[in-house]
Amino acid sequence: MNSARHSVFRSVAAHGILILYTVIALFPVFVIVINSFKSRRAIFNEPLALPTPETFDLIGYQTVLKQGDFFQYFLNSMTVTVGSLFFVLMFGAMAAFALSEYRFRGNLLMGLYLALGIMIPIRLGTVAILQIMVASGLVNTLTALVLVYTAQGLPLAIFILSEFMRSVSDDLKNAGRIDGLSEYKIFFRLVLPLVRPALATVAVFTMIPIWNDLWFPLILAPSEETKTITLGSQVFIGQFVTNWNAVLAALGLAIVPVLVLYLIFSRQLIRGITAGAVK
Amino acid sequence: MGTLSLSNVTKTFGKVEVIKGVDLTVDDGEFCVFVGPSGCGKSTLLRMIAGLEDVTSGDVRLDGDRINDLAPAKREIAMVFQTYALYPHLSVRDNMGLGLKQLGTPKAQITAAVEKAATMLALEPLMDRRPSEMSGGQRQRVAIGRAIVRTPKLFLFDEPLSNLDAALRVATRIEIARLHRELDATMIYVTHDQVEAMTLADKIVVLRAGLVEQVGRPMDLYNDPDNTFVAGFIGSPQMNFLKSASLGLSSDTLGIRPEHVAISASQGDIEGRVSHLEKLGGETLTYVRTEAHGLLTVRQFGEHDHQVDGTVWLTPDQARAFHFDADGQRLRR
Repeated sequence: MNSARHSVFRSVAAHGILILYTVIALFPVFVIVINSFKSRRAIFNEPLALPTPETFDLIGYQTVLKQGDFFQYFLNSMTVTVGSLFFVLMFGAMAAFALSEYRFRGNLLMGLYLALGIMIPIRLGTVAILQIMVASGLVNTLTALVLVYTAQGLPLAIFILSEFMRSVSDDLKNAGRIDGLSEYKIFFRLVLPLVRPALATVAVFTMIPIWNDLWFPLILAPSEETKTITLGSQVFIGQFVTNWNAVLAALGLAIVPVLVLYLIFSRQLIRGITAGAVK
Repeated sequence: MGTLSLSNVTKTFGKVEVIKGVDLTVDDGEFCVFVGPSGCGKSTLLRMIAGLEDVTSGDVRLDGDRINDLAPAKREIAMVFQTYALYPHLSVRDNMGLGLKQLGTPKAQITAAVEKAATMLALEPLMDRRPSEMSGGQRQRVAIGRAIVRTPKLFLFDEPLSNLDAALRVATRIEIARLHRELDATMIYVTHDQVEAMTLADKIVVLRAGLVEQVGRPMDLYNDPDNTFVAGFIGSPQMNFLKSASLGLSSDTLGIRPEHVAISASQGDIEGRVSHLEKLGGETLTYVRTEAHGLLTVRQFGEHDHQVDGTVWLTPDQARAFHFDADGQRLRR
């Protein structure tokens, strides 16, 4: 029994599979980062080689920082991601609380309707969304992007959060009611802190696709002032010539902020995944 | 002051009727215990009194005022929960003071009330701890303290001892009984444990499937049950139910408590084989399998020995027996 659980073979196999997966997942990122520090010739000669003193070149980063307003692009991406994240978490948590806490007619239907968005990609409605944005004069604004991403992120957020909110003790909420806390205070002071790991999970799952998205910035907000970092990087990809140094450098830089956000949430995320598994 | 009265109170969830019309009065200063098997509606009834569940029909009155539509915080009640339900982000002091703070009580008054409750429950050394830094027993004492601080008209306890281990359960039970004497307050206590009900209650309400089966003082229920359900539920080990016909009696069922059955190796009314023996030191419980009546329990005081699988003879004490009709209702002579 004991030996079965701690078998060397099993643990080696498990670690082997995990390491293999990590290598596969990290390989593209690794290639981007090493090549962004190399000269153009070196990138094509030996794409997998590490930068050596001869091939080391910061030309990509120099181009990126000189050409275009990259700081502005970063700021745009940040604004859109953080803004959307805030609304997804806030409205998602509120809707999840209502669905899990209150008995009302159509509760189940409402939950299913909100969860439907997980299965139907929002991009199917791109034309309609564009028409709405044109009609409301929101084209080429960051507001348009925040609105679309909030809608895109809500279904999964509501789905995950309502499951977690069901696990918050009823007694605790009732104790709050007897002590005279309003429903808003119960939500913000008692329930939200207890589902913090779930909020972090949702934050990570919501944040990455928004940060990486090219589709909606390209369609809804392609102007110079509202370009996001992914869209901004595209200026180096031409129909005939691609400035690989600059593209790789831009992508390399784009990884940093999202990495920082991830690190902030990951501690909570791990707690969310292991909640229930480890007591 | 704190006189609660329920008149024809019902509760339905969708199409399911959970409470099917309950009439009950709990007098000022009384300790009233709701008991019943799980799913009988006792917790729902308590939550309706607290205002955490809506009342479908009927009236809930506290000191004569109808409180059906009053928010829980406005009902001048306090509640202690099975899972303690302390606020995890607040210290013991703040946990206990929150209710008064929400009511807008002056700070000095809150401090005084919290200190007084803490002294009563010997919580002083814990006042600055968080709930996560305390044991289950300590947490439940804090939860009781939180209820006391509000000086409510009515205390509600929802299975407060179920999450504690056996020794703590007895200690906390005694503490609650002492508090009831000191505070002289009206308390309603829900439990599925009939020992808690018997030891704490002035008045026991036995519930089954949303209906009140019997209301009375603990010894009244024990010595004078209305039906087989109450007879079987109150008292441990459970009452034996024998088929009257095979004993030549006119009733349908004969109920006899385990201590009122005599056991003998040589003679008696009912033959059976010893299936199991439990020696508890102060008393001996013998489980006897009989052909006509199934498994019967015999309780003898002191230490006794019976051969497992040996044949024994049982004789119920007819003077202490209860008679029931086919519907389980008591036949009183």
